[in-house]
Amino acid sequence: MDLDYSPDELAFRDLVRTWLRANLPADLRDKVTHYRSLVRDDYLRWQRILAAKGWVAPAWPTEWGGTGWSIMQRHIFEEECGYAGAPPIVPFGLLMCGPVLIKFGSAAQKQHFLPRIYRGDDFWCQGYSEPGSGSDLASLRMAAVRKGDHYVLNGQKIWTTFAHMADWIFCLVRTGAESDRRQDGISFLLVDMKSPGITVRPLVLMDGGHEVNEVFFDEVKVPVANRVHEEGKGWTVAKYLLGHERTNTARLGTSMREFETLKAYAARQRKDGRPLSDDPRFCDQVARLEIELLALSITNLRFLEAIISGRSNGAEASILKIKGTEIQQTLTELMMQAAGPSMQAIASADDTAAADDITGALARRYCNYRKTTIYAGSNEIQRNIIAKQMLGLPS
Amino acid sequence: MKFACDEEQSLLADSVRRLLAHDYGFEARREIVTSTTGYSASVWKAFADLGLLGLGIVLEHGGFGGGALACAPVLEAFGEALVVEPYLATVTAAQLVARGGTTAQRETILPRVVEGTLRLAFAQTEPGARYDLAEVSTLARASGGGYVIDGQKCAIVHGSCADLLVVSARTSGQVRDPTGISLFLIDPRANGVTMRSSRTLDGLRIADLSLAGVQVAAEALVGSAGSALPLIESVVDYATALLCAEAVGAIASANAATLDYLKTRRQFGAPIGSFQALQHRMVDMVISHEQVKSMAWLACTSVDSERDEVKRKRMVSAAKVKVAEAARHVSQESVQLHGGMGMSDELKISHTFRRLTMIAQLCGDANHHLERFTHSKR
Repeated sequence: MDLDYSPDELAFRDLVRTWLRANLPADLRDKVTHYRSLVRDDYLRWQRILAAKGWVAPAWPTEWGGTGWSIMQRHIFEEECGYAGAPPIVPFGLLMCGPVLIKFGSAAQKQHFLPRIYRGDDFWCQGYSEPGSGSDLASLRMAAVRKGDHYVLNGQKIWTTFAHMADWIFCLVRTGAESDRRQDGISFLLVDMKSPGITVRPLVLMDGGHEVNEVFFDEVKVPVANRVHEEGKGWTVAKYLLGHERTNTARLGTSMREFETLKAYAARQRKDGRPLSDDPRFCDQVARLEIELLALSITNLRFLEAIISGRSNGAEASILKIKGTEIQQTLTELMMQAAGPSMQAIASADDTAAADDITGALARRYCNYRKTTIYAGSNEIQRNIIAKQMLGLPS
Repeated sequence: MKFACDEEQSLLADSVRRLLAHDYGFEARREIVTSTTGYSASVWKAFADLGLLGLGIVLEHGGFGGGALACAPVLEAFGEALVVEPYLATVTAAQLVARGGTTAQRETILPRVVEGTLRLAFAQTEPGARYDLAEVSTLARASGGGYVIDGQKCAIVHGSCADLLVVSARTSGQVRDPTGISLFLIDPRANGVTMRSSRTLDGLRIADLSLAGVQVAAEALVGSAGSALPLIESVVDYATALLCAEAVGAIASANAATLDYLKTRRQFGAPIGSFQALQHRMVDMVISHEQVKSMAWLACTSVDSERDEVKRKRMVSAAKVKVAEAARHVSQESVQLHGGMGMSDELKISHTFRRLTMIAQLCGDANHHLERFTHSKR
């Protein structure tokens, strides 16, 4: 929204916009805007273009390649990338493991891993959830037993996004017995996915797509040198990382683009011989969504201002996650409804034949997006966080 | 910083809160609500002394020349304390004079508003017109160098305590024509004027007005004849923005009371705020409050600086949709979470509920603004 940006910020936005127009490959943009599946090389190609420009890790310290941008500029950059239809940044390396290493890593770990993460030499994934440990992450059980210079890992991770594409995984493991505080005895390890004893099994989701996996660890040896921070202090690392995971969840740039897609798509559908976009009931739903987008855009900017000026109440990221994902889900739902009976026929996830028609992707996408209110701390967990941290309600 | 108050605004808001804490407690307010006039002359004077009545009036008429954003922190404080004084009624009507009036009208009326000796009200709505500002059938016929006015107005907030009314009437055209609407200054004591006042659910006063052959001079016409609708729309948008700011305060008050109740009320051997079912509902009320703060800012900044009339209308309507829905959500949930106590007239929360219920519908309800948001086009 132009209304809210200063002249300097508008100039920065135009700079980013112009660069994106010239440097975002059209085939990648079309895959994103037409809801076709991205493969490992798509993500890495875009990451390397950004890395060559120096824009792939804006929030990192400048000594490791950060841009030195203000929070506002970072926000604008993220929104513009989403709005332009750039492939999303796979968060596990650049937004999670990188910041963790910068904060907690040894000098050797930083020297080795950070440049590789920056350039996209390695594709990372995240080993957190286990079959019995979802929202209650601290109950995790995967064992890491110290034997000399190694830990030996036995156990299972689940819902591991992109494990089938990944070169490395960072894991929370149990190195000590559960004491009174379950958060004690957890450690944070970096594990080479090529290690003997790792098996990746796909978990196909209801949209037919393969994003997530089960990862089994059977006597997997991990050098002690790959432990980040102290043994038993993994929960501190995990909490820090979860804070990072939740900074860009409003995803307004992407939602703004999809809102425009929705309006254009609805204008091409017919109802009673007229464009669906003229139907009063459909109009109301679209208008309500647009108002939600407006409200969240301003709320997002207000929160950034509060954070910049040290007036954070600790609940901002959770509120953005809740409202942002509700909007994302509503978008996919209205898009599917707009397709009418045509929504029933689904295109396969990587079908490129019907290049300009998104219809076949809409029902799949509606199904897929149910994940957004579940992942990255379910929206119920976010409410728990707000209740505890901001409102001080007793547990 | 765009969203936070500047220092001057913060100081003013603090002064207002101090005044209200001292003179506008729950019992003091109850006495004002049940008094004959429905407002407090001494509080009104205190508002004038603090400069609140001149916030939106230009310097040359004794005011401070601020826009809706400058006024918003005051309305927020009013929302917290459930102020029933005829403030919004007076400053809204004053804007009609300030933006549309002749030099003579501005010079005679505005300084008296600022000093607190003249209260105004805007008589716009007609029976059956709901929120349609062009649905004006009250007739003003040119006669003997002036006008003779006949018609019915209703739902005039604080009409009965106004010293002067600004009344919309048709000088040409048919009902609902956008052109042909004019504004007139009418003395409520003039011949042919009958006012019937009643109390509102939320402790304010509201009046119906009957005009039967009311004669006014040519000088009573505000601005030029027949072209008042854009002025009315912009001033009603201004009032809507201020109402959104008041909602921010009322919702803050409801949330604070509810959170406090959740922490102190014990059942099953624990504070009820330890129950997750209630915690999540409280969190959703907090989220509603954040969204309303954003939308009140959007409405205020749009009426202050949006030059594109269509965009201004859309933004104000977007804000009012969200505010109406949040007012309903928070008011209903705050009573529910208070349990039986929420129903009691003795607790402030039931009064906040009533004010929020009215705010949801004042200046256009959610459906009205959803339609205007969708259909306002260049």
